[in-house]
Amino acid sequence: MTARTADSNLAPAVVPSGGRTIRSRRVQALQLLLRTFYYAVLIGASIMYAIPFLWMIRASLMSLDMFYVVPQPLVPNPPAWNNYTDVWQVGPVLWWITNSTIVSFVGVTVGTFISALVAFGFARLKFPGNRILFLIVISTMMLPQHVTIIPQVILFRELNWLDTLLPLIVPLLGGAPFYIFLLRQFFLTLPLELDEAASIDGASRMRVFWTVIIPLSKPAIATVAVFSFISHWNDFFFPLIVLQSSERLTLAVGMRWLQAGQYEAQRLHLQMAIALIAVAPVVILFFFAQKHFIRGIALTGIKG
Amino acid sequence: MLFVTPWLITFLWFTLGPFIASIFLSFTNYRFIGLPEWVGLNNYVRLFTDDAKFIRSVINTLYYTAVHVPGIMIMAFFVAILLNQKVKGQPIYRTAFYLPSVTAGVATAYLWILLLQPNGLVNQFLGLVGIDGPNWLTSSTWAMPALILMSFWGLGTTMIIYLAALQGIPQHLYEAASVDGAGVIRKMWHVTVPMMTPAIFLTAVLQIIGSWQVFTQALIVTNGGPRDSTLFILLHLYRTGFEYFQMGYASAIAWVLFVIILVFTILQFGVARRWVYYEGSTER
Repeated sequence: MTARTADSNLAPAVVPSGGRTIRSRRVQALQLLLRTFYYAVLIGASIMYAIPFLWMIRASLMSLDMFYVVPQPLVPNPPAWNNYTDVWQVGPVLWWITNSTIVSFVGVTVGTFISALVAFGFARLKFPGNRILFLIVISTMMLPQHVTIIPQVILFRELNWLDTLLPLIVPLLGGAPFYIFLLRQFFLTLPLELDEAASIDGASRMRVFWTVIIPLSKPAIATVAVFSFISHWNDFFFPLIVLQSSERLTLAVGMRWLQAGQYEAQRLHLQMAIALIAVAPVVILFFFAQKHFIRGIALTGIKG
Repeated sequence: MLFVTPWLITFLWFTLGPFIASIFLSFTNYRFIGLPEWVGLNNYVRLFTDDAKFIRSVINTLYYTAVHVPGIMIMAFFVAILLNQKVKGQPIYRTAFYLPSVTAGVATAYLWILLLQPNGLVNQFLGLVGIDGPNWLTSSTWAMPALILMSFWGLGTTMIIYLAALQGIPQHLYEAASVDGAGVIRKMWHVTVPMMTPAIFLTAVLQIIGSWQVFTQALIVTNGGPRDSTLFILLHLYRTGFEYFQMGYASAIAWVLFVIILVFTILQFGVARRWVYYEGSTER
């Protein structure tokens, strides 16, 4: 393959005077070399970044004995498929998945909807304090979570919300500052005439929002929904602090519980199986919504 | 106004209230039971004069920031340049580099515990080039480099920001540079890099803020050890507040951390005017 390319590259060199031919031959050889080098680096680096994932899959299919064999088998043979059935026994894994799903679902649906509603208020409605309140939204975006977490925990204790999913869900009912910001910026790019036309036809504000703004903002809303799912599914610090009983945990905290709890014994293979279960929805979502990710990050510079 | 009320209510209740309460708590002694006891500036004095672990955690975080931030920016830049060529299968390569950034921190942490074992993948790889890898996670010298190495796996977000910026550079600038006889290196230095400065600035700000908030990997991979060599500020705060329940003191840590982040960010914006180029702005 390479040889043929080189041949065809050499073909035009048969033309006129000697000096130029040699020079262009050299240039072409150099270009070919550079191209090969470029692909070697690109493919090599990609493989290096992909290998840890393969290692995760590999470890999740190893029996515990295989970890202690020297040298470890490169491909687990036979694959210990039973890890994926055993994993449900090491802890209330089904509860963790349920809890994570509930929180992520509310975040994606209700959270995104309310963020859009609030963003619409900031983008379209003139009310006293609009500018100042929006400035506050932007500043809370930059406020690190750890500054408010201690009084929040005390508040949740007073409300008897600790060790329930409420602290993870209720704050979502006001929308998230970052998504409000993102959507407001997007709504501002939509022509105001559309709203006005609908208003003249007698549509209420809510109708304008629902029948004009939302349909036109599908890409932006999809981006927010995707980010929101990832950040809720992966969230660790906050649920780690407010949740306690083993069956109340989310999947991310549950994995930590496996490490710290009564299952201190080496269970690397099962931990890897759970880790893979935790990562799977995100990876699948990524493949389906790749362009939303890429655009979202490029737009905002923040990861989920 | 009605539209923004949901946000306003949760803001007052879950953000502004706790924000003010946390200032107050940082001047008290509060152990999660009973009433907070006013101690004035004692918590802050203790932080800087009588808490070796806090000082250690600040130094550790500085160490991490100093290596992680330039490292990840250079690597992400390099990868973005690689991916910005016309190649077949670009989405596949992009996915390989980006996917680690969206996988859960906890899952990533478990994976790297495995990779960093004495006979793990990292050391096997080093063995191929004739290096006898250390026992990363049990050595107080190598635990921090191990976490930094792990952080480089997550360059995807930074890389995507660079890629978007690269694609936004108008082609005519390169053509003009070619006409002036600029080679590949000169084009890189005089066109690409200046046009990328806003993206470079953005990622520097985000990465530095992120470095001060390292938590998951420090808790799960090394649990702050060995011998506090990977004790990060946020981990220290977590232990103080939620394992020893010294919530007043933990609030003081939270505020010092907040001020540090604020100062770093403001400093960066202050210096930015000297080196960040915004197209279309009249002042340089």
